[in-house]
Amino acid sequence: MNTLMDVLHHRPGWVEVKDEGEWDFYWCDVSWLRENFDHTYMDEHVRISHFRNHYELTRKNYMVKNLKRFRKQLEREAGKLEAAKCDFFPKTFEMPCEYHLFVEEFRKNPGITWIMKPVARSQGKGIFLFRRLKDIMDWKKDTRSSDDQKDDIPVESYVAQRYIENPYLIGGRKFDLRVYVLVMSYMPLRAWLYRDGFARFSNTRFTLNSIDDQYVHLTNVAVQKTSPDYHPKKGCKWMLQRFRQYLASKHGPEAVETLFSDMDNIFIRSLQSVQKVIISDKHCFELYGYDILIDQDLKPWLLEVNASPSLTASSQEDYELKTSLLEDTLHVVDMEARLTGREKRVGGFDLMWNDGPVSREDGAHDLSGMGNFVTNTHLGCVNDRKKQLRQLFRSLQGQKKTPN
Amino acid sequence: MTLTVLRSTGQGSWERRILKSLNSMCTELSIPLARKRPVGEQKELLNKWNEMGTDEPVLDLSLFRPVYAPKDFLEVLINLRNPNYENGDSHSFRTHLGLIQVPLKVKDIPELKEFFVELGLTAGQLGVDDSTQVPPELFENEHVRIGQKVLSEQDSAAAQQYIRQGSPTALRAELWALILNISSQPEDILYYEQLKTNVIQHDLLVDSLIYKDVKLTASNDDYYFVFEDYLYQVLLCFSRDTSVLGHFAYSSASPPKSYIRGKLGLEEYAVFYPPNGVIPFHGFSMYVAPLCFLYHEPSKLYQIFREMYVRFFFRLHSISSHPSGIVSLCLLFETLLQTYLPQLFYHLREIGAQPLRISFKWMVRAFSGYLATDQLLLLWDRILGYNSLEILAVLAAAVFAFRAVNLMEVTSLAAAEAVLADLSTLKVMPLLQIFLFATVT
Repeated sequence: MNTLMDVLHHRPGWVEVKDEGEWDFYWCDVSWLRENFDHTYMDEHVRISHFRNHYELTRKNYMVKNLKRFRKQLEREAGKLEAAKCDFFPKTFEMPCEYHLFVEEFRKNPGITWIMKPVARSQGKGIFLFRRLKDIMDWKKDTRSSDDQKDDIPVESYVAQRYIENPYLIGGRKFDLRVYVLVMSYMPLRAWLYRDGFARFSNTRFTLNSIDDQYVHLTNVAVQKTSPDYHPKKGCKWMLQRFRQYLASKHGPEAVETLFSDMDNIFIRSLQSVQKVIISDKHCFELYGYDILIDQDLKPWLLEVNASPSLTASSQEDYELKTSLLEDTLHVVDMEARLTGREKRVGGFDLMWNDGPVSREDGAHDLSGMGNFVTNTHLGCVNDRKKQLRQLFRSLQGQKKTPN
Repeated sequence: MTLTVLRSTGQGSWERRILKSLNSMCTELSIPLARKRPVGEQKELLNKWNEMGTDEPVLDLSLFRPVYAPKDFLEVLINLRNPNYENGDSHSFRTHLGLIQVPLKVKDIPELKEFFVELGLTAGQLGVDDSTQVPPELFENEHVRIGQKVLSEQDSAAAQQYIRQGSPTALRAELWALILNISSQPEDILYYEQLKTNVIQHDLLVDSLIYKDVKLTASNDDYYFVFEDYLYQVLLCFSRDTSVLGHFAYSSASPPKSYIRGKLGLEEYAVFYPPNGVIPFHGFSMYVAPLCFLYHEPSKLYQIFREMYVRFFFRLHSISSHPSGIVSLCLLFETLLQTYLPQLFYHLREIGAQPLRISFKWMVRAFSGYLATDQLLLLWDRILGYNSLEILAVLAAAVFAFRAVNLMEVTSLAAAEAVLADLSTLKVMPLLQIFLFATVT
């Protein structure tokens, strides 16, 4: 079920070209980008689906480095309280260069579980859990510096991260959330949040007893598909609307508002932390897949950001979600030049950040009172995108006809 | 039409048939109806209590057939006749062209409008007036405030009245508990633990039926699969709960009996089988699944389900003359359709697609698994509020009315089924309101 091809082929007025020099729009691979971006001339109107150095956000070791640096800066400029809002990623150490710092932290917290993740691989490959230093002694031997590994295919580089041992469970199962954020530019920062997304469930019951059983801990669909318990019919996913309703019926609307507002905070701060590092080329936009884990105290944690979230559909519902997501992405990219640029909502996307916080239409106040940004976001809320798009395009047409 | 007549003609023979089916499965597979578990097995089950869904079943489940499916039950209902009924009795009934041939009294639309007056167009509703376009100050905020007041005063009657206009998501679990008079006392928790002990110590043949049903229905559902383990915990205990036998006092059904080997027919050697007297059918676990959305503590979930069963759900699979019994619901559905959508009704009948054949499964399951969960919960709010299942029949008719245009164009039962296959996008309250209050009758 190739959602991207279907959406592109169905877009009125769009034609697929095979010739390298002729395209106006390219949904490219990161590998193509790496090899060709620097020597490809692009006209003003041309659009491409990645930023040149997106890995500053999407490779685990760089993201951590950028976040740590941003946090320090915030602490200097605005104090400890403000900096604490960046504490949404579990303590992480780059390996092997931060091995000694890691050991220090490890010894301060005996008995906790850590997770080792390869920096550049996806779909849950190469990940393992450990509790004893013995398990990772090999890392000490690898003394190669990580600086000269920028973006070649490197010798495996890992991060060691504190494992969240008290994840929120539903039906006794662990899950994580996949959320979509569309960044149209970094300077200034313009980012949109998609209303739909999903919760991905682990196929087996959560227990800390079997840290060797990667099926229990990794909620990635790709890993789940290989689990002996996996039944393809199940899909193991809940749409975010369902998840939001479930939480509301269990914890009440205020707790849910706080949680979702904390998630907005994660998206915005993570983007701010790489804002000055990412080359903000006006031809570039990027659709990120954020992976968020909720713990039992309803605190959200950032696991990672994906530059190329999977666009393969695992079910009919998934197909509809992803095709709508892509259609709306193309609406926001607006090759057809229909939008005025002042829109706060396009289909399922809500403008989350526009060089500053974006207020909701109704001017609603922040419920948590914690000083989180009051954002124009509706994650997990009703997505009546078709209706909204109809109204939007009709009014845009109307505006075009009447001269100002 | 009295209870006794239905009992002897319908329910009695139906019960005999189910029991025969169960007994023959038992004989074919040489599996006892009940056996005590060896200690090792008991220990293992206790360890795995919270994750029974992951267990590989001891027996090959493919050997088990559900004892019956809703469509078998429908066939029985279709063949119900009242031997006391004379053809000259009721003119209107003589022209009844539906499948049900039992002349029970059912409400017409004017009576339904009166009965469901709170669903009218002038009153606020959750499921209608809380949609995104409607400012919450208009209805929702005040309704939530009243709900909180009702809860703080623990007024069960007020709660029942209140919930006719729908329950706010955050208050629903408590409101339902209040209306059903469930409060988790220590003795309730103890009772549940005792049932759990029964499950650990004894294995029943129906356990395999339950296991199979959960695997086939709820576990395959995109949304309820997460609650698989809770379903076993509830249903296995449920089948051992002899307090459920109490509901047979007001049901026309009687619990199936089994006799100790060699003592067939001797009453002093009769036991109810299963202990709660309820043999699960295909889809039974769907009565429990939506409740998992609201209750997470096993003994509370259990109590809520049990109460819902003995108040409402049992009527959906036993033959009686009660206005909320499945026979009345079927008749109500058919009558509504034939009276208010005659063109559609005749058309479907002509092409061999009697509407009841399609809507029966919705009603038997109280729409669980067919509607989106939030819509289903709004519907069950009204079941509790009106203490009646008639709304199921009205909704079924409203669904047909809503899709009438497409249905008029189909030419086969299969095509009609296809038009009505997916109800997951339906908004229940607007449909009901339009059908009851906004259609010219």
